[in-house]
Amino acid sequence: MTVAPEKSDVDVPEGYVKLTIDGEEVVAPKGELLIRTAERLGTVIPRFCDHPLLDPAGACRQCLVEVEMNGRPMPKPQASCTMTVADGMVVKTQVTSEVADKAQQGVMELLLINHPLDCPICDKGGECPLQNQAMAHGRSDSRFVDKKRTFPKPLPISSQVLLDRERCVLCQRCTRFSDQIAGDPFIDLLERGAHQQIGTSETADVLDAASTSAESDAASAGGGASAEPDAASAGGQPFQSYFSGNTIQICPVGALTSAQYRFRSRPFDLVSTPSVCEHCSSGCAERTDFRRGKVMRKLAGEDPDVNEEWICDKGRFAFRYAAAEQRIRRPLVRSADTGELEEASWTEALRAASAGLAKARDGKGVGVLPGGRVTIEDAYAYSKFARVALRTHDVDHRARAHSAEELDFLASRVARDGGPSGGGVTFADLETAPAALCVAFEPEEEAPAVFLRLRKGARAGNVKVVHIGQWASPAVDKTFGELLACLPGGEADAVDGIARHAPDLDEALRSDGAVVLVGERAAEVPGLPTALHRLAERTGARLAWIPRRAGERGAVEAGTLPTLLPGGRPVTDADARAEVERHWGLEAGTLPAEPGRDVTGMLNAIVTRDLDGLLVGGVDLDDLPDPALARKAFDAAGFVVSLELLPSTVTPYADVVLPIAPVDEKSGTFVNWEGRRRPFTVTLDGTGALPDCRVLDTLGVEMDADLFTQTPQAALGDLDRLGTPEGTAPKGTLVALSATKVPPGASAAPPAPGSGQALLATWRQLIDDGSLQIDEPALAGTARRVVARLSRVTADGLGDHVTVSTDRGSVTLPVEIVDMPDGVVWLPGNSPGSKLRATLGAGHGAVVDIAGGER
Amino acid sequence: MNSSEKAPLTPVLTKRWLSPQSWRLHTYEKLEGYTAVRKALSASPEQVVQMVKDAGLRGRGGAGFPSGVKWGFMPSDEAKPHYLVINADEGEPGTCKDIPLMMADPHALIEGCIIAAYAMRSHHCFIYIRGEALHPMRRLYAAVREAKQAGYLGHDILGSGFDLEMTVHAGAGAYICGEETALLDSLEGRRGQPRLKPPFPAASGLYAAPTTVNNVETIATVPSIINGGSEWFRAMGSEKSPGPKIYSVSGHVERPGQYEAPLGTTLRELLEMCGGMKDGVPLKFWTPGGSSTPLFTAEHLDVPLDFEGAAEAGSMLGTTAVQVFNETVSVPWAVMKWTQFYEHESCGKCTPCREGTFWLAQVLERMVDGRGSEEDIDTLLDVCDNIGGRSFCALGDAAVSPIQSGIKYFRDEFLALCESNRPEPAGAAESPESAQGSDSQAAQPVGAQA
Repeated sequence: MTVAPEKSDVDVPEGYVKLTIDGEEVVAPKGELLIRTAERLGTVIPRFCDHPLLDPAGACRQCLVEVEMNGRPMPKPQASCTMTVADGMVVKTQVTSEVADKAQQGVMELLLINHPLDCPICDKGGECPLQNQAMAHGRSDSRFVDKKRTFPKPLPISSQVLLDRERCVLCQRCTRFSDQIAGDPFIDLLERGAHQQIGTSETADVLDAASTSAESDAASAGGGASAEPDAASAGGQPFQSYFSGNTIQICPVGALTSAQYRFRSRPFDLVSTPSVCEHCSSGCAERTDFRRGKVMRKLAGEDPDVNEEWICDKGRFAFRYAAAEQRIRRPLVRSADTGELEEASWTEALRAASAGLAKARDGKGVGVLPGGRVTIEDAYAYSKFARVALRTHDVDHRARAHSAEELDFLASRVARDGGPSGGGVTFADLETAPAALCVAFEPEEEAPAVFLRLRKGARAGNVKVVHIGQWASPAVDKTFGELLACLPGGEADAVDGIARHAPDLDEALRSDGAVVLVGERAAEVPGLPTALHRLAERTGARLAWIPRRAGERGAVEAGTLPTLLPGGRPVTDADARAEVERHWGLEAGTLPAEPGRDVTGMLNAIVTRDLDGLLVGGVDLDDLPDPALARKAFDAAGFVVSLELLPSTVTPYADVVLPIAPVDEKSGTFVNWEGRRRPFTVTLDGTGALPDCRVLDTLGVEMDADLFTQTPQAALGDLDRLGTPEGTAPKGTLVALSATKVPPGASAAPPAPGSGQALLATWRQLIDDGSLQIDEPALAGTARRVVARLSRVTADGLGDHVTVSTDRGSVTLPVEIVDMPDGVVWLPGNSPGSKLRATLGAGHGAVVDIAGGER
Repeated sequence: MNSSEKAPLTPVLTKRWLSPQSWRLHTYEKLEGYTAVRKALSASPEQVVQMVKDAGLRGRGGAGFPSGVKWGFMPSDEAKPHYLVINADEGEPGTCKDIPLMMADPHALIEGCIIAAYAMRSHHCFIYIRGEALHPMRRLYAAVREAKQAGYLGHDILGSGFDLEMTVHAGAGAYICGEETALLDSLEGRRGQPRLKPPFPAASGLYAAPTTVNNVETIATVPSIINGGSEWFRAMGSEKSPGPKIYSVSGHVERPGQYEAPLGTTLRELLEMCGGMKDGVPLKFWTPGGSSTPLFTAEHLDVPLDFEGAAEAGSMLGTTAVQVFNETVSVPWAVMKWTQFYEHESCGKCTPCREGTFWLAQVLERMVDGRGSEEDIDTLLDVCDNIGGRSFCALGDAAVSPIQSGIKYFRDEFLALCESNRPEPAGAAESPESAQGSDSQAAQPVGAQA
C-alpha cells in the first residue's frame, strides 16, 4: 500500500479503495481507519482515545476531520478514528480545513479546562500525549476562568496502580484495554457528565449499599497474601489483573501511575535501551529506562511478532532484584579456617574454583546445573565447559520436575524444531489457529503474552481454545475456552482419549493450523510427553513447548542436557560427537559416548559418592523435585562452585561463589518458546559484572580448557559456526521417541487416594515468591489470592481452611470451592504460605493428606 | 388532560382519553380497540410496512424519520431474533405526550406494538419506560397482563400463528437513555451511553440482533393508520408531515395540557385552543419542541409546526413540547436552567458535551449572578460552536440550542447582565465584585460559588 502519485488513473487493487486526503490521492485497504491512512501520508491527526490495538471508541473527539462523500460534504466533522476509508471519499484534515483545525483546537481547549496544571510534578510530563498535542494543536491561552473540577487523589486501583482523576481525560483506553485485551474489567467508568470518572467497584459509592452480602467473601480474602487492604471488593468484582501496568503506559495523560515509579524520575533524565524480558519464555520486547546507573522502570516494547505492545506486570515491575542490597558483587571463597564464605579477589577465587573442580573432575567427576534462566550464550558456555573442561555429559539445566521421557521429547520435538522460519508455531499462529489445545499449561500464569494472543484470537472468533486441566481457571474463561477436566496425573489418558471423548476437538486438531501448547508440567506426568507426540503425529496438529523460564528453550539448543550436544545433536550419535569434537578442537573420541546423568541422577550420584563436585548456575534447591535430596547431595558434595547474583539456597553449600551479571548488565540472547532469538544489549554499562559465559571462559583458562566464550558475541558466534548437524533428520524420528514407546493406556494410572487423601494438582502463579520478584511490595500486592481449591464434595466437612500434608510437612490455606474432579486439591506452587516443593516435597499428581485446618 | 374541543378533525390519538377507565381493555375494545391488529395479522408483513410507508408516518420522537422506511431496514431473514424496542423514556424538558398516552390509553401502544412487531417479524417487544413514570408504568404492566390474558399477546395471537412476548422495562433516570443506542445499552444492563454507529440498530441492536427503536406516539398512531387507511391519514397535516400529533403545551398559558392537532398547526392556533396567554401577559419566547430545539419568539406565532415548517424557521419540531414563556421571564436565567439540565444529564462519554456543558453552565451562572462580561458572550457562542456538531451524539447539539438561539434573539438581555462589569473607571466603585474577571487560569474567581 503506497501513496499514489498525483494522477487520477491510479490502479486500485482488489480490496483497496481510492480516496483523497488533503488534496492527495491515496490507495488504502478497505476497512482502514482514516486516521491511519492519513498517518501513512505523513499527517498526524491528534488523538487520545484511539489506539491501534483497541476497538474504536470515538469518545475524545480530538481527531475530527472534514469528510465529503459522493461530492456531498458531510454536515458535521467526523471522527477519523472511527470512520473507515471509502472509494471517492474526500478528506480534509487540520492541514487543509479550517473547520477541522478549529474543531481540534476547540476539543483540546475543552480537555484542558479541567486538567490540572501540574505538569512539572507529573510523571508523564515530558512524554505526555496531552502535553505534546496541546503544544502542537492547542491554543496558547485558555479562556476558562471558572472553577476546575477536583477530586481527592490519588485513588489506589491496586497496590501498584494509582489513579489521579483530575488528570484523566476519560479517553477510556484503560477501561477498553482491561475489557478487550486483558479480559479483566476491574476498572470501568462510573457516574456521568462532568462527574464521570474511572473507578473500581471499591471506589463506586453506588455499590456500597449492596455490599453487605459480600462481607464474608471479603473476610476470607483478607486471609490471603495480598497486600492490598481490600482484596475483595465491596460490590463488584475484586481487582485482579496481571496486565494492569499496560494501562499506565497507554494512558495519554498522567492519570494512572505506578506506586513503583511515581515521582521517582523525569522522562528527560532517563536513558532508554531496548531490552528483552527475562521472566518467562515469551521473550517480550521491553524498554528499560535507567538514570545514573540505576534502572528506574521497564516499559513494553513494540514487537508485532511477539508481544505487540503489551507486557505482563511481572515483566514490567519485577526488576529490583538486580539492585538488591544483598547482591553478590565480589567473589566469595570458603575459608579453610573459619568455614565461612569470605570475599576474595577474582584471581584467588578462580584459582580456588579451578583447583577444586579439577580435583573433583579427576576424582569421580563434576555435574553441571546451569538452571533455566540462562541466555543461549551462557547456556552454550555451560554446555561446552561441561564437555571440554569437565569432560562429562552430566549437565542438565532443568531446575524443576523432569523425566527421561521428557528428555526424549525435548530432543525429538523441541531441539530440532526449526523456529519461526522453519515452520514452528509462532505467536501470530495463535491468533488464527482453528484450535489451540493447552495441555499441562496455564497460559496466563506461565506465559502471559501467549495468553493475550490466545484471547485475541478467540475474541475475534478465530480460535477455539481447549484446556486440559483440573479446574476452569480465569484463563479458561478469558480465552472463551472449554475445559476438559482430568485428574492430576491423568493428562496422558485425557490426551489419548480425545478421539473417543471429544471427537469435535479431534476433528478441529486435524484442521490446518491447529496447535497444541504444552507446558513444562508435562514432564511431571508419566506418559504425557509420549501421548502428546502421538496426538501430534495422529492429527497433524503442530506442537509448541512453552516452558516457564526464559532460558529453557535456548538451553535445549545449546545442549545443556545429558543427552544432547549443541544444535540438537544426540550424544549417542558418533558422527555428531565427531563433528562437535572437530569444531571444539578436541581429540577424536574425547566426548563420552554415553549420555550423562540428569539432575536427579547427579544428586543421587553425589549421595552415593559416584560424583564429587557440582558447578551450579541460577538454581534454587526448592525448585528441584526433591529439595531434601538436593540438600543432602549438596551437603555431601566434595566441591561446589556457585555462579550467582544473590545469596541462594545453594550458597550455604558453596565452596566458591562467583558473582555474575543480571540481564541489565550484560548482553545476550534469549530464545523464546517459538525458537525466536531475542537479542538484547547491555543496559547498564561498565558495572564490572560479568556474564556467566565470561566467568566460565576464564575458569576454563585456569583449567587449560579454551571455551572461546569470553564475550556473549564470541559464544554465540562459536555456537552458530557449529550450527545444526548436516542432513537434519525429520522431526520425530531423530531420537528414540516413537509413538509406541509408551503405548496408550500403559502409563501408570494416577494413584488412587485413600480416605482423608487427595491428589495434588498444582502450578505456579505468575506473581508469587519467585526469586526475581523480591523487593517489589507493590507488585506482590497484585498477586492472586492464595487459596486451596477443591470440589464441593472433597471440601465437605473441612471447614474454611484445609491442611494439606505429606510426611515432610503441611500447608494450611483458605478453601475455595470450584468445579473440579472430586478427590483433588489444587494449591499454588510457590506462593506465600504455599511452597509445595519445600514444604511438602510433593508436586503435581502426588497423593497428599487433607484435613480441616485452623488458621 | 384537556383534549381539544376545537381540533380541526376528530381526535385520533386522544379520542379515548376522557372515557371512563379508558386504560382498561374492555373500554379499549368498545372503542374500536384491537380491530386494527386483526386486519394487520391477516395481511402480510410487507403489506403492513407498505401501508405505513404510504401513510407517510414520521417518527414522533423528535427526528421525524419515516417510520415505514425504518421498518424496511430490518433484514428479511430471521437468522437472528428481531427486536422491537419502544422508547418510552420521555425526558425532553417540556415534553408530556407519551406518559399521558400510556396513562390513558396503554392498549393503543400495545396494539401498535403487535402490528409493528408483526411487520418486522419480531417476537419480542421491549417497552423501555422512564423510571420516574411510576403510575403509567403500572398502567402499562396491567394492560400487558390484560392483553396477554385476552390472547392479544403471547403464543399464536388471535389464531394467526404469530407469537409476541412483551417486556416492560423501567429505566433508572438518565436523559441520555432516550438516545436509542444508549437506551439499548441500558436495556442490556450496561451504563447508558450512546454506541458507535455503524452498525445501526437494524443490523446490530439489542443483544447484537436486528432491532428497531420507535417512539411511543409513533407506534400508538399505527392502529389508526391500519383502520383508517393511508389516504385518510394523509388528509391530516401537510404533504411531507402528515397525520395528527399531540402538542404538549406548558408554561404561561391559561390551560396548559395535551392538544391533539394535525401537524402544521401554528402556535397562534394552539394558544387559541388553550385559552391564550395566562392573565394576558404577552408572549416573549417559546420552544417548538422542547428545550433541545432553538427558541422561537412572538415573531414565529404563525410558523406551521411540522417538520419542514419548524426547520425553515430555524428550529426543529422535536417532540412538539411547546413551552411558552411570557415577558416576566429572563432569557439568560431560563437558558442557564436549561444548560444546568444538560450539564447534569451529559453522559460523559465525549469531550465536547462533558466538558463543554460544565463550562457553559459555569459561565451562565456567573452571568446571571451579575459577574459576567461581554467577552463571556463571545466565549459562550464559540464554545457552543465547538460542541454543536462535534459531540458523539445529539445531546451536545441539543445543549447548545437554547444558548445560541437565546443570544441570537435576546443578546441585549445578556449584555444587560454584564453592564455592571464594564471596565469603566467610573463604575469601579459600584460593586466590589466588578474588579474580578482575571483571565489567569490559576486565579480562583473571587466569590465563585460563594
